[in-house]
Amino acid sequence: MTATIFLQQIINGASLGSLYALVAIGYTMVYGILRLINFAHGDLLMFAAYAAIYGSTLFSLPWFISFPLAVVATAAMGILLDRAAYRPLRDAPRISLLISAIGASFLLENLALVVIGGVPKGFPRPSVFDQVISVGELRIQIMTIVTPVMTIVLLMGLLYIVHRTKIGKAMRAASKDFETTRLMGINLDWVIAVTFLLGSALAAAGGVMWAMKYPQVNPFMGVIPGLKAFIAAVLGGIGSIVGAVVGGFLLGLGEILIVAFVPELALYRDAIAFLILILVLLFRPTGIMGEPMIDKS
Amino acid sequence: MKNRNLILNILGISALFGVLRLFEAYGSEYQVRILDNMGVFITLAVSYNLVVGVCGQLHLGPNAFITIGAYTSALLTMSPAEKQMSFIITPLVWPLNVLHAPFALSLVAGGVMAALFAFLISFPVFRVRGDYLAIVTLGFGEVVRVLANALQSVTNGPLGLKGLPPRTNLWWSWGIAVLTTLLVVKLINSSYGRAMKAIREDETAAKAMGIDPFRHLVLAFMVSAFFSGVSGGLLAHLITTISPTLFTFFLTFNLLMIIVVGGLGSTTGAIVGAVLFTWGSEALRVVESDMNFGLFTIPGIPGMRMVLFSLILLLVIIFARHGVMGRGEITWNRIASGWGALAGRKSA
Repeated sequence: MTATIFLQQIINGASLGSLYALVAIGYTMVYGILRLINFAHGDLLMFAAYAAIYGSTLFSLPWFISFPLAVVATAAMGILLDRAAYRPLRDAPRISLLISAIGASFLLENLALVVIGGVPKGFPRPSVFDQVISVGELRIQIMTIVTPVMTIVLLMGLLYIVHRTKIGKAMRAASKDFETTRLMGINLDWVIAVTFLLGSALAAAGGVMWAMKYPQVNPFMGVIPGLKAFIAAVLGGIGSIVGAVVGGFLLGLGEILIVAFVPELALYRDAIAFLILILVLLFRPTGIMGEPMIDKS
Repeated sequence: MKNRNLILNILGISALFGVLRLFEAYGSEYQVRILDNMGVFITLAVSYNLVVGVCGQLHLGPNAFITIGAYTSALLTMSPAEKQMSFIITPLVWPLNVLHAPFALSLVAGGVMAALFAFLISFPVFRVRGDYLAIVTLGFGEVVRVLANALQSVTNGPLGLKGLPPRTNLWWSWGIAVLTTLLVVKLINSSYGRAMKAIREDETAAKAMGIDPFRHLVLAFMVSAFFSGVSGGLLAHLITTISPTLFTFFLTFNLLMIIVVGGLGSTTGAIVGAVLFTWGSEALRVVESDMNFGLFTIPGIPGMRMVLFSLILLLVIIFARHGVMGRGEITWNRIASGWGALAGRKSA
C-alpha cells in the first residue's frame, strides 16, 4: 500500500464518515431530550432522496432549488412524525414509545414501497459534482470533498443555534431535566418539534449527499446508514453533538480502512459496526465525549 | 379446582387435536398449510413474549435464534450425499458433512444451539437496558445474518440450503406449540416467573428484594431462544428452502406486532395474536390482488399488507396500548366465573 492509496482511503473514509455524522446528530439530539432511539430517522434519509429525485425530474427544478426543497420537506416530515407517532406517547412507558418508533419506520418504508415501488431509482447527480481534481497523484471527485466540508459548515450552524440562541438554551435545558424545564414555563412540545426539525433537516442533507454518492435510491436505503449512524452516535457519546460528529468520522474511517487493509473482511463490513457498538457498550458506555447518562442497570 | 383444570386442559388439548385430525383428513392443502404456519407462529410468539412481555426487555433479535435453529436442524436432516451436492462452491466442514440425524433430534439440536448462542450474547446484552438493549439485540440479529451469508463452508452462503425433507406437519407444529405454551406458562407461574415480572415492573425494587436480575433474564432469554430455535427448525422443514434473507428483521417485526396486538405480557394474548396474524395475512391477500366487481376492477397493490400491518401496530400502541388481552389471561377459572374475566384487564 503506497502513501497515495492510503491518503485516498483516508479521504474516502472521511467522506463516508461525514455522512454518518450528519445522520448521527439527529439521533443524538432526539435521544438527548426524549431518551428515544428514533428508529424512523434513517428512513428520513430515504424520504429526502426521493424528494430530491421528484423535485429534479417531475418538476424539472435545478438541483440548487430541488435539494434545499427536499431538506425542507424532510424537516416537515420529521415534525409530522413526532406529532403523529411520539407525542401521543409522552407519558407512556418507554417500551411503547420504542415500539411506536419501529412501527413508524416500517410504515414509512412500506408506504414508499407501495407508492413508489421497489425498483431502485437512479439519482440525478448534478455534473458539477462529477469533476475530478488531481493533486499530485491523488485523484479526488469533487463529491468526496463536498460532503465533509458541508458537514463541518452545517455543524457550525447547528452549534450556533444550540449554544447561542434562546431555543437552543431550551433544548439544552430539556436534555438535562425534562420535568424542571417544563416547570420553568417552557413549551416542551415546541422544543421537541424544533429538535425534530433540526435533526431531520440534517438527516435530509445527509440523505441527498448519500444518494449522490451511491445513486441507487430504494425504499430501504435508509436502514443500514441509519443503524450505523446510531452506532456512531453511541461511539461518540450519546447526547453530545460534537461527539456524534467525531463518532461518525471515526466509524467511517474505521470501516473504509479495515476493508482497505484486510479485503477479506469486506463481507463482514456491516457486522464490524455492530461489534464496535457492543465493545463500546461493554467497556465505555458513555462513549468518547458523552456524559454518564446511559440507561444501565 | 386443580383437578378440574387438569381435566379441562386434557379435554381442550384433545379437542384441538381432534379438530386438527379433521383438517388433516378433509381440509385442503392450503388450509393445512395455514394451520402449520399458525402452530409455528404460536410457538414463536409465546417464547418471544417471555422476554419482551414478561421480563419487559425489548429484545429485537429473535430472528437470530430462528436462523440458528433453522440452519442447525436443516444441516442435520440433510443426508451427507445431498449436502455434498448442495455445497458446490465451498465444501461443508467436517463433522457437519457426515452428521445425519432424525427430525426430532435435529429440532432439539437447533434449540440447544440457539440457547447456547443466547447464553453467550447475554453477557453484553444484559449489561444495558431499554433502547440500548433493543439496538444491541438488533445488532446480533444482523451479525448472525451477515455470518450466515459469509460463512460459506457452514451455511452455503447466499445460495442457502435447498431440498430439505418436508417433515413439518400439523402434529409437529401444533404439538410443539402446545408443549411450549404449557412449559412457558409453568415457568411464568413459578417463583422464577414472579421474579421476572418484578424485574419488569421495577428493577431496583426487585433487586432490593434479593432478586438477581441477570440470572432471571438469562434464564428467560435462553428458554425463549430454545423454543425459537426449535421453531426455526420447524420453519425450515416447512418451507424446505432456507437462505440468509429469509429470517430478517422483518420476521422480528411481525413477532413484535403479534405480541403487541395480543397484549404484551399475556401468553394467551400471544396465542390470539399469532392466530389473528396468520389468518389475517392470508385474508388480507385480497388487497394485493385485483378485486373484480363486474363493472370495474380495483387493481391490487403489492406490499399493501405490510403497510396495513405497520398501521395496525402504530394504532394499537398509540390508542390501545394493552392490546386484546392486556396482561390478563384466558384461564379456566376465568371462563368459569363468566366473561367478566375479559373486562378485568389491569392497566400498566
